[in-house]
Amino acid sequence: MSDPAIAHAAQFDNASQQRESSTFGMWIFLATEILFFGAMFLGYTAYRVAYPAAFAAASRHTLLAFGATNTAVLLISSATMAFAVRAAREKRRTALALRLFATAALGILFLGIKGFEYAHEISEHLLPGASFHFEPSYGGHAEMFFYLYFLMTGVHAFHVTIGVVLIAICGFRAWRTDAFARNDTALDLLGLYWHFVDIVWVFLFPLIYLVERHS
Amino acid sequence: MNTETRELPMTLEPRANYLNDGHSIRSWLLTTDHKRIGLLYMVSITLFFFVGGAAAALMRLELLRPQGGLVTSALYNKLFTMHGVIMVWFFLIPSIPTVLGNFLIPLMIGARDVAFPRLNLVSWYLFIAGGAFALWAIIAGGVDTGWTFYTPYSSTYANGHVLAMAAGIFIAGFGSIATGLNFIVTIHKMRAPGLTWFRLPLFIWTIYTTSLILVLATPVLAITLTLMALERLFGVGIFNPAMGGDPLLFQHLFWFYSHPAVYIMILPGMGVVSELIPCFARKPMFGYRFVAYATITIGVFGFLVWGHHMFVSSQSVYAGMIFSILSFLVSIPSAIKVFNWTATLYKGSITFQTPMLYAFGFIGLFTIGGLTGLFLAALAVDVHLHDTYFVIAHFHYIMVGGAVMGYLGGLHFWWPKITGRLYCEGLAKLAAVTIFAGFNLTFFPQFILGFLGMPRRYPVYAPEFQVLNVLSTAGASILAIGYLLPLAYLLWSLRYGKPAGANPWQATGLEWKTASPPPRDNFANAPVVTEKPYNYDAQAAELALEETSHV
Repeated sequence: MSDPAIAHAAQFDNASQQRESSTFGMWIFLATEILFFGAMFLGYTAYRVAYPAAFAAASRHTLLAFGATNTAVLLISSATMAFAVRAAREKRRTALALRLFATAALGILFLGIKGFEYAHEISEHLLPGASFHFEPSYGGHAEMFFYLYFLMTGVHAFHVTIGVVLIAICGFRAWRTDAFARNDTALDLLGLYWHFVDIVWVFLFPLIYLVERHS
Repeated sequence: MNTETRELPMTLEPRANYLNDGHSIRSWLLTTDHKRIGLLYMVSITLFFFVGGAAAALMRLELLRPQGGLVTSALYNKLFTMHGVIMVWFFLIPSIPTVLGNFLIPLMIGARDVAFPRLNLVSWYLFIAGGAFALWAIIAGGVDTGWTFYTPYSSTYANGHVLAMAAGIFIAGFGSIATGLNFIVTIHKMRAPGLTWFRLPLFIWTIYTTSLILVLATPVLAITLTLMALERLFGVGIFNPAMGGDPLLFQHLFWFYSHPAVYIMILPGMGVVSELIPCFARKPMFGYRFVAYATITIGVFGFLVWGHHMFVSSQSVYAGMIFSILSFLVSIPSAIKVFNWTATLYKGSITFQTPMLYAFGFIGLFTIGGLTGLFLAALAVDVHLHDTYFVIAHFHYIMVGGAVMGYLGGLHFWWPKITGRLYCEGLAKLAAVTIFAGFNLTFFPQFILGFLGMPRRYPVYAPEFQVLNVLSTAGASILAIGYLLPLAYLLWSLRYGKPAGANPWQATGLEWKTASPPPRDNFANAPVVTEKPYNYDAQAAELALEETSHV
């Protein structure tokens, strides 16, 4: 292993300053992400308070079993990501690559299940727009629920996709090279991002699938 | 400040510095040097400033006569939209942070560069890409929604190229976020040994607070514009009353960004003034800690007052009361700053060099802008003044009288450091006075116009308002000359200006300890800080006065 004190960019005094700076930068980025999602959560909250009956009725048309499965998939992927970061710290290259591939595979599984749900909902005329069809008594309010549903899960799925791509790239780099043996900061940051994406889903799941679903 | 940097001898020999470190286009467009990136921003925002200014000039010409006739009503709508969008997002928000901030932060904290130099360059490209979208939207036919993009003007009933304009702001916004992130990490992690938080120049405190606002508010604007664009594209959205949506929600989300954005624009100007006043009064900053805390306080309160833009927009009257009280509270930290600047001047050895003229202009105009803000924060008075020229005058006193004065003051203060050259002091003073006079003649009549009831955003008006409008247009002409002057003599100084030397103002601060222009890596030896900021010596003040008066 090379000396970690050597590998740092010119603007930094040493590798630990670089590591602290990168990690701190990632946390700030996640703060901006929270605010980005925050506006959508605000919109959801405002209209759920305004139209509780329509939101409850619309929520019953979502596929709870698939949503619950996807929650489990993402939680497990967060675990495999945490194990990957651990493998990087212990300089176990093969384990690192395999755990990253497992995480990426679970992310793809999540997107597949989500895609199946979308296909189902579009076939049920639940996609907002001209073809939207729902019990007329709830009017446009159920359409509002499904607009927020597609918007929030869509933006979330976009984040998952970026995460899967980055994790897969890191997986191949770990498999082929020993780049992460010298400097595993990138994996720490990727881990933070992936856990953030997971946590967003932990909030989305009850808000979408569990609105008064006790009948 | 005592530092261990080596004083470089001033010679006429071309010395290696960041400007002659590569002359190719590529060495500029692919640079990761924070100083060069600052200059890239300077050139870009100057271009946008004159584009936005041209729109304003056409508006003022249209308003010479009550019946108008120079431009159509539709074009007038596009002109004020273009003026607002360009000036807010492509000049004021980037101005001091990206030009002076980029150039000065590493120099002031004794670092070799920002924490993420490549991300810094990416920020500039995002800014340019966003600017290209905005300019394309203007050339392709313009946008007539006003810079606020209120739904349904921007969604159901939109004319023009709302989507391209929104895309431009969205992309430039991510540039802002990246810049803010970079600055926060840099200020936290890259400070020289001994440079504790309370030894930082107040400019750094204001840029730090500004960066916090940038990273926390800009993403909300990004998602809000995205929601608006989706509503425009697909006819469904959370602001659409046909689905039970509320257009007022757009205003809440928009102002949740855009009110803090006011502080993005004014705080860095306050930071510049906090550097200028101690230097040209030859005194330490009075109540340094209070000014630093006031900066943070303004940043925090700035997030809590957005509702004062919606006093007459069917917002709950109780919410209005809370927002009114919170808006009044912002005046406390703002007043702390003004009082501390004036207390610093008290018994100082004041000289009236160009940057100081801008600082004086800033204090006076910002105070007027701030006090008239209190009129607007009062619920009942706002019913009368809302959407009148009083509002226009108020925020131009803050944005132009404050932010632009601060930018120009800072530009003149650090120009010798940036370029290594001195500009013509006589012309520069003339320009500063011209800008001050032109500005007041342009905008003071608008307070009266607004108070008399002239609404904003109309190309025609009642004949009794003509005299004041003519005064305002005359002022705008003077202001335009004032803005063109620095463009001329600053460019002239690049070639013909006298060499500045490392520290022409005898100022404290790490940026003055290195050569002008600074070398690529900023400091010959890593600086160590052992003293407080603004350590101006009362005894040495007269001596420094002697020296600087010969410059």
